Amino acid sequence: MSLLTVRGLSRDYDGVHAVRNVDLNIETGEVRALIGPNGAGKTTLVGMIAGRITPSAGRVEFDGRDITHLPAHKRTLLGMAYTFQITSVFARLPVAENVALAARRHMPCAEVPAAVHAALERVGLTDSNARAGDLSYGHQRLLEIAMGVVQAPRLLILDEPTQGLSEGEIEGFKALVRDLAEQTTILLIEHNMDVVMALADRVTVLSAGDVLMSGTPDEVRADPGVQAAYLGAP
Amino acid sequence: MRMRPRILALHGGLLALLLAGHFLLPVYHHGNMARIMVLASYAIGYNIVFGYTGLLSLGHALFFAAGMYGMGLSVQHLGTGPGTGLLIGVVAGAAISTAVGLLALRTTGVAFMIVTLMFAQAGYLSVLYFGEWTRGDEGFIIARASRVLWGIDLADAGNRYLAALVLFSAALLGSLWLVRAPFGRSLIAIRENEARTMMLGYDTFRLKLAALTISGTISGTAGAAYALLFGYAGASFATVEYSILPLLWVLLGGAGTVLGPFIGTLFMFYLIDLSSGVTTAYMLIAGVTLVLLTLFAPQGLMGEIRRRFWSWLP
Repeated sequence: MSLLTVRGLSRDYDGVHAVRNVDLNIETGEVRALIGPNGAGKTTLVGMIAGRITPSAGRVEFDGRDITHLPAHKRTLLGMAYTFQITSVFARLPVAENVALAARRHMPCAEVPAAVHAALERVGLTDSNARAGDLSYGHQRLLEIAMGVVQAPRLLILDEPTQGLSEGEIEGFKALVRDLAEQTTILLIEHNMDVVMALADRVTVLSAGDVLMSGTPDEVRADPGVQAAYLGAP
Repeated sequence: MRMRPRILALHGGLLALLLAGHFLLPVYHHGNMARIMVLASYAIGYNIVFGYTGLLSLGHALFFAAGMYGMGLSVQHLGTGPGTGLLIGVVAGAAISTAVGLLALRTTGVAFMIVTLMFAQAGYLSVLYFGEWTRGDEGFIIARASRVLWGIDLADAGNRYLAALVLFSAALLGSLWLVRAPFGRSLIAIRENEARTMMLGYDTFRLKLAALTISGTISGTAGAAYALLFGYAGASFATVEYSILPLLWVLLGGAGTVLGPFIGTLFMFYLIDLSSGVTTAYMLIAGVTLVLLTLFAPQGLMGEIRRRFWSWLP
């Protein structure tokens, strides 16, 4: 069944359609990639799903419940975790406290330290006492993901998680997402086509605010319209 | 949440030192210290909002004055006892800070500063407007008979010092517990990155409102205690100067440190006291010292100690 259903979702900015009449169904357990050229409206669409941006029209349903008017913090409590496109960790706080802040809204205080430890281990961060701002860029991205993972979300939204990562780090990230996908549904906004093709069950292509198509990675790769709009001439 | 021994030792040690001061300090400094402890309690209240939540309020004099007049006016005109008066002062601080928070927290940044400043000015002008009861700038003396709480005469210097110490201990230990509890941690998260905190499932408006109410209640309690202990309520305590002072004390002592408000209040009090003994241009000496501190210890005295030596300092 559908975990997330989006119907006719639109957002205008002073008459400019950033997102126009988008429909989207994400099934429980799938890894869905959202791709599209810069300015296609990916971040606006995800912002509306996560509750950071108010839609001009349309509705968002999570697990059968209409959440269109629910504030962002309440959506998080329903099991929707969002990792930021631009790394947005608490730079002056220790790594462990960053993850603990994410955990505390989802479990009794006594369980927090163990959950923090497990989440950090899962993404492969070892120095839990370091200041988050002192971590390398790649490790800050991993910390972002740990902050999502510790919430044991039903839907994990990853906004351009591999941006700025090295080749080696991207390989590690792919393995991590495959591992996470066994327990949670993932919505992945991603520029790197290798990552998308390797991880996604289905791909939705956004172009100039519209859904161009949805399909399996192979279908998307073979579609001439997508090639013209996004992948470039073959 | 385990209280680490060294944290307990440091903060308990300060309180023990202040208790020893009751027996050891010369009369003049004994009197000063009682006043400093009450004002430092006010600064501790301010620090919750400014140092930990990252909200720059310019209107805390309103909460301090609410406590002071809540206490003073009720014993003066309603004929209540000092205990009831104190309680009315505390409630006034809590109620007014909640009401101001509900409106002012709809704004952020500079707008929040302006809105809180305007509320405090409205409070100050109200004190002047109702001069028939408040006696305006001149203020009024609270009779000695109205300052005997549970049989303890708070006009007596010794009792006053100990009462100030009780107030200060409660504020210090309360804020120490608060900032280490999950609630305090979420305030720090708001200070560091509010948008991120919201996306982690925190209702940041409610948290900020709670922080402002706690801060206003502590400030109001300090104001009520000031009226009770020093027997005076006057409009000068509602002026913008009394909103700026806790900001300065907290900045000097170290914003976002539990001991900072006390250290800053102590430092500034004696800086002015000592320099006014040397020259009539004492504000010049105070000003230069403040500029030097801002240049060389921008995180305040305790903030600098935390940065250099004691990273565990709460």
